[in-house]
Amino acid sequence: MATDVHRPVTTEKVTTAPAAPAPSSVVRVEGLTRSFDGRAVIDNLQLDVKPGEFVALLGRSGCGKSTLLRILAGLDRDIQGTVLVPRRKAVAFQAPRLMPWKKVWRNVLLGLPGKPERAVAEQALTEVGLTDRADAWPKTLSGGEAQRASLARALVREPDLLLLDEPFGALDALTRIKAQRLVGELWQRRGCAVLLVTHDVEEAVLLADRVLVMDDGVIAYETEVELDRPRDITDPRFAELRAGLLERLGVDTAAEAA
Amino acid sequence: MSISHAPPDSHGPDISGISEFADPKSSDPKSSETASTDHALPELEPIVPASTRRTRVPRWLRRTSGPVLLLALWQVLSSTGVLTADVLASPGTIARVAGDLVSDGSLTNAMGVSLQRVAVGLLLGTVVGTGLALVSGLFRIGEDLVDASVQMLRTVPFVGLIPLFIIWFGIGEAPKVAIITLGVSFPLYLNVYAGIRGVDSQLIEAGESLGLSRWGLVRHVVLPGALPGAMTGLRYSLGIAWLALVFAEQINADAGIGFLMVQARDFLRTDVIVVCLIVYAFLGLLADFIVRSLERLLLQWRPTFTGR
Repeated sequence: MATDVHRPVTTEKVTTAPAAPAPSSVVRVEGLTRSFDGRAVIDNLQLDVKPGEFVALLGRSGCGKSTLLRILAGLDRDIQGTVLVPRRKAVAFQAPRLMPWKKVWRNVLLGLPGKPERAVAEQALTEVGLTDRADAWPKTLSGGEAQRASLARALVREPDLLLLDEPFGALDALTRIKAQRLVGELWQRRGCAVLLVTHDVEEAVLLADRVLVMDDGVIAYETEVELDRPRDITDPRFAELRAGLLERLGVDTAAEAA
Repeated sequence: MSISHAPPDSHGPDISGISEFADPKSSDPKSSETASTDHALPELEPIVPASTRRTRVPRWLRRTSGPVLLLALWQVLSSTGVLTADVLASPGTIARVAGDLVSDGSLTNAMGVSLQRVAVGLLLGTVVGTGLALVSGLFRIGEDLVDASVQMLRTVPFVGLIPLFIIWFGIGEAPKVAIITLGVSFPLYLNVYAGIRGVDSQLIEAGESLGLSRWGLVRHVVLPGALPGAMTGLRYSLGIAWLALVFAEQINADAGIGFLMVQARDFLRTDVIVVCLIVYAFLGLLADFIVRSLERLLLQWRPTFTGR
């Protein structure tokens, strides 16, 4: 079914890559509807994410952005419409959701096929700067460390699509800045597509190639962020983008500026 | 004249004015000083480090002093004749009798038999209780089939089934083991079942998102998550196992601690009865110690308060 949908898109590229029909999108959602008790939280939604693209999804709480992420993660299947996602995908939730009865390195390897070596976990932990906590119980980790362990657990799967559900929401301000930076670096190194669900406009503009605003069950607005990386939040264009998005989200920016 | 006089006149009050102004200024610091002394500094009290505030008597000594005092009181009452030997033997006598029972091998023999009964009953009960809990905890159809029956049966006092068990299983080891098995199964069932159903759904979801299969979820998420509940169940079960043993051994037993007690009752030997009771108590303590150690080993990941 996946090839069916992708074929019309890939025909143009046949000349460049005839052997492997490289899909031009890593996520393809068409006419997606998800209802809770007759109320459509997601209503005929369209979404495409290109390989390696960093997409941020903004929206007011309760707008269905987390529901969309759960659907893309395959955790919610009471849906109508077409949803195509890569087989190799990984999720990092707002809470780290580490298994408390497994040491950090076992948590990282949990669910991987076969019998992976401990070194695999250690490599992923090194990538997030947690090498020395491989043998720790999750209860001994700080909030930031636990979230990084959760990130390592997602990355070790070498996903084509990384789904992040407000992963920095529960972190303190300083830890959050470090974690955002880390995610930006990891994304540039790995080259996987990322869908970041957040309610922090600044975070979205800081990290994403494209920012979507979800409202009334659809993508109500989207904008490309064409600022050079690493981005400077004091850049006037940054402020302009941020103000525009805040306005879209119904926050009066004029009052804030005063 | 007026002009010539004017300057000193006009100066006069000016100077005096300045000096008057200067006076309150010079007294200003004084007044602020008095104000600061009015705002008296709060009295400071030292926060005494916890280690120096603790009493010098070590904890184990404090905890053992209670039972030791009780024992001393008992000995005093026995030697003054308030407690006669046919009501309750004195601690000294009991210690001597215990020594005799151990040296002639009858106590160790009885303990061996009783321990074996508990072990077999506990093993079978664990298998039955945990097995049923897994069936009804993991599968909805299992819950529908098993849970209602177990909940119904558990309201029957298991001790009341002894007559029926004797008819079914005769008077050998089988009814004794069966009664222990029955008593042990229910608390394990209830706690393992509650443990399985109490596993955080967010962790299950995380496991799903990591690509765990159904069996993988059971093995890596559900069962470890149910372990604290299972341990609680095991502790209850051990308590009940000893209780069931006492009941089972007092009926038609020809060996074991209960048999020793029944025999002692026939000869009015309160000393032997008390020795047997103490043995039961120590075996219970030992069992509890084993489960505690098991908990410490298996549940070290648990982020709970362990007391100061």
